[in-house]
Amino acid sequence: MDMAFIIETVVKIVVILLVFSALAGFGTYFERKVLAFMQRRLGPMHVGPYGLLQIAADGIKLFTKEDIIPQNVVKPIFQIAPVITAATAFMAAAAIPFMPSFTIGDYTVHPIVADINIGILYILGVMGAGLYGPLLGGLASANKWSLISTARAAAIFISYEVITGLSILAPLMMVGSLSLIDFNTYQAGGIGNWIVWSQPVAFILFVIAGFAETGRTPFHLVANDHEIIDGFGTEYSGMRWGLFFIGEYANMFFISFVTAILFLGGYGDGSLLGALGLLLKVSFLFFFFLWTRAAWPDVRPDQLMWLCWKVLMPIAVINIVITGIVMMV
Amino acid sequence: MFDQFGLRFSGHPNLKRVLNHEEFIGHPLRKDYAITKGQYCTQTQDLMDEMAPLLTCKHLDMERDNLMLLNLGPSHPASHGTLRTLVALDGEEIKAGVSEIGYLHRGFEKSCENHTYNQIVPYTDRLNYCSALMNNIGFCKAVEEMMGIKLPDRGIFIRVILSELSRIIDHLVCLAAGLLDMGAQTNYWYLFNPRGLAYDFLSRLTGARLTNSFMRIGGMAHDLHAGWEAELESVLRSVESGVDESLRMSEHNRIFIDRTQNVSCVSGERAVNMGWSGPNLRACGVAYDLRFAAPYDYYDTFDFSMVVGSSGDTYDRLMVRFEEIKESLSIIRQAIKRIPQGAVSVADHAVTLPSKSAVYGTIEGAMNQFKLIFEGVKVPKGTHYGATEAANGELGFTIISDGSGTPYRVKVRAPSFIHMASYPKIIEGSQIGDAILTLGSLNIIAGEMDR
Repeated sequence: MDMAFIIETVVKIVVILLVFSALAGFGTYFERKVLAFMQRRLGPMHVGPYGLLQIAADGIKLFTKEDIIPQNVVKPIFQIAPVITAATAFMAAAAIPFMPSFTIGDYTVHPIVADINIGILYILGVMGAGLYGPLLGGLASANKWSLISTARAAAIFISYEVITGLSILAPLMMVGSLSLIDFNTYQAGGIGNWIVWSQPVAFILFVIAGFAETGRTPFHLVANDHEIIDGFGTEYSGMRWGLFFIGEYANMFFISFVTAILFLGGYGDGSLLGALGLLLKVSFLFFFFLWTRAAWPDVRPDQLMWLCWKVLMPIAVINIVITGIVMMV
Repeated sequence: MFDQFGLRFSGHPNLKRVLNHEEFIGHPLRKDYAITKGQYCTQTQDLMDEMAPLLTCKHLDMERDNLMLLNLGPSHPASHGTLRTLVALDGEEIKAGVSEIGYLHRGFEKSCENHTYNQIVPYTDRLNYCSALMNNIGFCKAVEEMMGIKLPDRGIFIRVILSELSRIIDHLVCLAAGLLDMGAQTNYWYLFNPRGLAYDFLSRLTGARLTNSFMRIGGMAHDLHAGWEAELESVLRSVESGVDESLRMSEHNRIFIDRTQNVSCVSGERAVNMGWSGPNLRACGVAYDLRFAAPYDYYDTFDFSMVVGSSGDTYDRLMVRFEEIKESLSIIRQAIKRIPQGAVSVADHAVTLPSKSAVYGTIEGAMNQFKLIFEGVKVPKGTHYGATEAANGELGFTIISDGSGTPYRVKVRAPSFIHMASYPKIIEGSQIGDAILTLGSLNIIAGEMDR
């Protein structure tokens, strides 16, 4: 029994790591293709059919590139920072139910590494800890652009953690649990039961905060190549830079999963159809990230902070108060 | 003056080189400086000779006010060309800025003194490389004015068409890059695809995409190719739809407006005092355009309007360019309708080359060709300033001739040089992101600035 549990968990961890590392690669391919079609060009076309092997080529390039550590950096911190970004992104995945449970023979598999009863709190916490990647990487880089990027990262991530937290407080009050599986069960009754209908404001706030936390356009400020070169990644090369990249894309996928489970009904009743539905929802949310990037310019850091503290936070608080009153009455 | 000629101004607080490097010895535009004498300069400049007095004058102190010095450029993803601006930052706010130019200085003016007038035309391509033909035309026009030549009507109309097409290309580059700088990526392709088509048209006409060298003193290389009207019309249509789509994406976009309005405002008076011209000046609300103020090439007979902004901010500078593209489209369409038949160059064999059959078939033709190639077009003795309204502003050439086939001295008034001089001042008080956008909207072209 114990042995089976350990084996199952290890297998799940390996599967999640492999699948999402690969997905991060596919994410870049997907992003390049989607942007290309929106911008009337072809995107990657030369490596493999329709450029599909571009991911492999990029991977080989990143792995075989020289790992340059500049002279004035703080070496151990500089080396560990990208690992933090990638590791925290994947650690957050532990509490996400990716699919409904299914049975192999007479053994029931729960596709979640750890169904802890404070799942949401755990995900938010670990994702918040992901801030240390850019923060330490930027500070250790001995580069002024990285330093500016670090200042931006600290301000933006901490501010938007507040929005994320406050925006899901209202749905939390309704469901009365911090476990994502309970969230899923709460909405299992069909499209009408989705939390997005009862908590549209919270949904919008959560998505906006998701954009800020993953650093996607229009909040692409931490590594804004037009202004501050590559921000905290300026001095990185090869696979260390690649780890930041994988972390960012894995985060996008996990945020999409969390949004889909929190607000859009998750995998529904647990049937195969529900599982496919979840994948569709996640794909759409991921596509939405890319769509926004093709359509909108970036805001300025001070405008982003203005948006956070003067617009989104009051709305989130009011939303909580109204939810509370409605629940009491 | 000090840099190029060695004139010393008594009482000048900081007499330093502008286009050349600090280590450079001698003054290149003096006649006693050999044109072949190159120099290697190896040291970097820290610019503190300018930054330190500027900070003192603003009552700032690096230590006390916790400022950070940061080099925007010379190679930065958003510095269009090699420009360097050293800024003192408080957080992300720019407290003071000084810039260094000359990275692309290649001695255009000195080179002119060693070449015949027609040989200079390819050099003018490299001034504003985004609209090479307008530089060709500006230079040739200045020389022709000195010689008292007037082109046949067809030649003038072709020049108008090509000028306006170049203006469109130049504005497209500025807008595409400017919008890209704020992350509005898609606009880049919407605006650059029509530009590619325009270059295809130019390459069929002139044989080159970027550096066309199509103009000659007294005319141009050859007439337009067969079927040019239809080709040009399809280029114009794609420009129209590209501009239209880009405007629909950005014009009413809240983020775009918040990023550009009231950023780096320049009042009309200040712009005039700083010597601005072209779309940047018009964005500040000053209605000055050489095509209206001193019409040349029949511009007074075309029906088009001058686009004038109101507040001189980044938004106005970008929007003026959007609207000017539309006006240029209308000018080209009118010119296509009105273009007469006939010769494109003057028929004076002291100015333009004879036909190839004449060169190979007659003694006179061979001699004309020989004289023109070896001695160049003889320009009467005197000094003349000729200016045209180029894409970035007033592009002027002052030419001093000693009566021979090569100019004694050529001085170019490059609009970007003047705009860049005021750039560090207008970004003070704004943020890094704003400064990048301001640079993009000023459309500084390093080729003409550094000459």
